[in-house]
Amino acid sequence: MRMGVWSAVVRSAVLAVVALVVLIVLLLLTGHDAARALTALVQGSFGSWYAITSSTLVRAVPLALAGLAVALAFRAGILNVGAEGQLLMGAATGAATAAVVGGMSGLPAGVAILLVLVMGAIAGGAWAAIAALLRQRFGVLEVISTIMLNFLAQYLVGWLVRGPLQEPTRVNPQSAALPEALHLPLLLSGTRLHWGFVLALALAILAWWWLRATASGFRLRAVGANATAAASAGQIRVGRTVVGAFVLSGALAGLAGSVEFSGVTFALYDNFSPGYGFTAIAVALLARLHPLGVLATALMFGALEAGANAMQRDAGVPNVVVSVVEATLILLVVAADRWQSRSAARSEAGT
Amino acid sequence: MTLRPAGDAILSLEGITRRFGSVLALDDASLRVRSGTVHAMLGENGAGKSTLMRVAFGLLRADAGTVRFRGSVQRIASPSDALALGIGMVHQHFTLVPAMTVAENVALGGRGRFEPRAAAARVRNVATHAGLVLDPDALVSSLSVGAQQRCEIVKALARDVQLLILDEPTAVLAPAESTELLQWMRRFADAGHAVVLITHKLRDALAIADDITVLHRGRTVLTTAASATNESALASAMLGAHVDEKLPATYSVHSAANDAENDTTHFVTARSAATRTDAREHDHERDQEHDQDQNARRRDFGTPRITESQAHARAGTVTAERHVVLAMHDVSVRDAQGIERVRDATMSVAAGEIVGIAAVEGSGQSELLRVFAGRMNASRGTVTRPAVVGFVPEDRHRDALLLEQSLVENVALRGAGARRGLLAWPSLRASTISLVQRFDVRTNSIDSAARTLSGGNQQKLVLGRELDGAPSALVVENPSRGLDFLATAAVRDALRAARDAGAAVLVYSSDLDEVLELADRVYAMHQGALIETGREREQVGRAMLGSA
Repeated sequence: MRMGVWSAVVRSAVLAVVALVVLIVLLLLTGHDAARALTALVQGSFGSWYAITSSTLVRAVPLALAGLAVALAFRAGILNVGAEGQLLMGAATGAATAAVVGGMSGLPAGVAILLVLVMGAIAGGAWAAIAALLRQRFGVLEVISTIMLNFLAQYLVGWLVRGPLQEPTRVNPQSAALPEALHLPLLLSGTRLHWGFVLALALAILAWWWLRATASGFRLRAVGANATAAASAGQIRVGRTVVGAFVLSGALAGLAGSVEFSGVTFALYDNFSPGYGFTAIAVALLARLHPLGVLATALMFGALEAGANAMQRDAGVPNVVVSVVEATLILLVVAADRWQSRSAARSEAGT
Repeated sequence: MTLRPAGDAILSLEGITRRFGSVLALDDASLRVRSGTVHAMLGENGAGKSTLMRVAFGLLRADAGTVRFRGSVQRIASPSDALALGIGMVHQHFTLVPAMTVAENVALGGRGRFEPRAAAARVRNVATHAGLVLDPDALVSSLSVGAQQRCEIVKALARDVQLLILDEPTAVLAPAESTELLQWMRRFADAGHAVVLITHKLRDALAIADDITVLHRGRTVLTTAASATNESALASAMLGAHVDEKLPATYSVHSAANDAENDTTHFVTARSAATRTDAREHDHERDQEHDQDQNARRRDFGTPRITESQAHARAGTVTAERHVVLAMHDVSVRDAQGIERVRDATMSVAAGEIVGIAAVEGSGQSELLRVFAGRMNASRGTVTRPAVVGFVPEDRHRDALLLEQSLVENVALRGAGARRGLLAWPSLRASTISLVQRFDVRTNSIDSAARTLSGGNQQKLVLGRELDGAPSALVVENPSRGLDFLATAAVRDALRAARDAGAAVLVYSSDLDEVLELADRVYAMHQGALIETGREREQVGRAMLGSA
């Protein structure tokens, strides 16, 4: 069912048009000035150099990293819907690491930043490992366990920012601001775009290459495609592959959290993530689980969210409207996939 | 075994014919079940037993023939029609909802409000009345296999079934449970109902049945009173051989000699026609000569005669002891449920021979093959096998292929568990191309998804992959399942070629004729036990039916 590049382009264009129509209908239904709202949407996402780099691309970074996490898990047949929790654990551990290494004199800033990022990834992987082991050992469905772990991570962050990690003044429920020396360096001065963008780009390319070129990447795909055949015909150790892919997926989501912390928010607080881990599922599905496609769809969702903010600010349109458009897109993609595989099955039956 | 007072026919099936594509599954089959009796239906794998009963239960439509129930012609279009008449069926694979209680399962499909108390009371009532032990409030998932079967029976009885069809009911039961079930059938029939017992266990049929009908290749070849026959006669009829004329037959022994002849002729015509269609469909240049050659070979099927492979085997035994590649000694195998599937098996396969396993389904052959293929461990005994064994499982969609992936990736799958570092795609592509050419896999491109191939081409791909790198041993399970004639011939040729190239080949097929055609030596397997037999159809057939 490999699609050609051309049909993928046609498909994306059709989806974009449908999404636009849905948005316009929603705007008209809710009694907004559609022209003004759409202008704000475009201005806010692609209207200026600043909008592109500091709104759209900055939002695309966590979406791309968490989207890669979801895509890798889904490719291995693991329904990891816990990217949100893994991302939060990554951010929290990043904040804790920053609190520790920030006090160490003589540690080069580069090493400290790297430590923050890596510890975040490890924490995300460890959080996912819980669900992986529950699945392997007790047969607990990962859809259930990862959702539960999302709640757990959310409440854990709530406690941390009121307890051990709260700022020294103890006024707001948030961590101390990250010292400037530990900020992820900016990629372009005068914008908010940081080096996390390059990291996401590099990791997407690496994931794409790993999946197609290496024996371990192939095992992951084989297990996801048909675990029974992978075990029988390929003599692949399915359990090991699943746990490995799950932990890797968690690590990517955790990295999304520590990158967001050290590149954008510089602090940990309640509602640290505006649902990046959930939007990441849409990002991955819309990209048909292709690592390079994830870059494109992350950019698209980044633009939509940046535009939604502008629409709310300039045209008074609640950004729930954009959430509805996003949800519609996901449903369309899932329906299109079903329809395509059904018609493929039909044409095959006809031969 | 005394013949009980003959009741009227409760169910009669006359001249039932049913075709699946080019395969004639039922060919003018008939059956007459009298009320107050247990009627056993015997036949080999694929003889049409289940198909005929599925027609009676409304799961399949017959292409021709009449169904009479209590004397009047009926059109049974669905299981609900059958149940309305009073015909119930217990399938080999249960149709229960594990997460529901017994009472809820029995109430499924009923009408009106569901009252848990009333439903439980009804189950208790039906079960007690029928003399079956069953707790209505137990979850089906917590029940033993025997209890699940009783639940299926009660489900049917709760619909006031007069005629109960049981498809291989004892296959899943422990011996004590089997005896209990058989006794229950007897009592049920004595109470004026009727039972059709589909089985391939001759002893069960003789012990419990009043009447016995034997099907062979979709035809009724023998109908007799159980008291008027014996194991040997039944085995002969099941295997399609001549029935001993001296045996007194109560109802009608179809003229077996005549039938057998008609049978063969009929099959040859049907299959030759299929062959020609296939040839056209495959759009392949094929001259007249070749076509005739194929047809001629088809005619040989089922008629044992000295073939090249037999000659080969004889030459082999005369010349020298060959190098043994696959061997097991006193091996026992337990399945995931801890049930012993293979008992004290000892056998060997040498380089350059095809060894066949003949068995009815569920005799332990599947576990035996998987032990040799390294996909399952023996619980006891010693197994000798090379590190790499090619394995062609019967369910290629589940066990052998990544359907959505390309042919190249499916070839790359073999040995993927042990591979390190980078995949050498260029060389994998090259070996896929050569494999596709050597095994004549018809595809548009090696980048097409495996799903787009026909069943035969998928099987050739799997076989080619498993033979790639010329492994010293190959284990094959039902090599031609679901394949058309040309693909079957190609797969068999490939197996012979592997043998001739020096591989040790172990083949199981549910089609006895396929085993006999391919194998140089044959083992029969019966309820987990293995015995080497000769290559005569009759002898092998008896051994696999446990009637040596």
